Amino acid sequence: MIVDIPLASGLSVAAVLFSVGLIGVLARRNLIFILMSIEVMLNAAGLAFVVAGARWGQADGQVMFLFILATAAAEVAVGLALLIQFYRRFGTLDADAASLMRG
Amino acid sequence: MIETFYAAAVITIVATILAITRKNVVHGLLYLIVSLLAVAVIFFALGAPFIAALEVIVYAGAIMVLLNLGPATVEQERRWEPPRIWIGPTILSGLLLAGLLYGLSSHEGQRVAASVIEPRGVGIALFTQYALAVEIASMLLLSALIGAYHLGRREMDSPRAIP
Repeated sequence: MIVDIPLASGLSVAAVLFSVGLIGVLARRNLIFILMSIEVMLNAAGLAFVVAGARWGQADGQVMFLFILATAAAEVAVGLALLIQFYRRFGTLDADAASLMRG
Repeated sequence: MIETFYAAAVITIVATILAITRKNVVHGLLYLIVSLLAVAVIFFALGAPFIAALEVIVYAGAIMVLLNLGPATVEQERRWEPPRIWIGPTILSGLLLAGLLYGLSSHEGQRVAASVIEPRGVGIALFTQYALAVEIASMLLLSALIGAYHLGRREMDSPRAIP
């Protein structure tokens, strides 16, 4: 027999993944790790959409995942270009090196 | 597929935690690729095979290649990575493959999930109801292309630029 995967466990996985990504953004100072953590968070949001779409049997959740995928691709392209400029200017990937606008 | 789902969920969380706690960028990226593959298995178990394929192709393929090229352009590493860094990601990927094979073999018939949403339905929804959003996403990607080209070019006249 085939058991439906419960909504709560799917959403729990998405919530844990999002929390891990958020901790990564807040705790790490290497810019590449910050970009990776943002990818994890976007992926968790997409997972929540697909879980909800599977729960109600609609294709809209998967369509939303496609848009999240496009957004993630655009974000990582611009983010890596910024990262290369950051490295050229500061010679490091430490996010704390850019403290000119600190309040 | 419910056991496969839970196995993939555990592997996803473990690999993600390992990915964001590594010291070396390349080690973290290896674990992140395993995490994205595990999420693809979760999508497959949820009955979204099209999204599972896209997750592997676009996330674990294209975006991870971009993230791998980032450190390669700024760090200029001259030595090979020691083979022992592959051990952890290989074990996690092997567990994932075992879970997937178990999920595919343990059920009768062709159905892998309780309700599978076919790629046909996704495509019809994408290009009828969401056609405007597809256009907006294409403009976003175009602006990201132009922005990445503009930001990533080498500034010739800047005094602090590395020649």
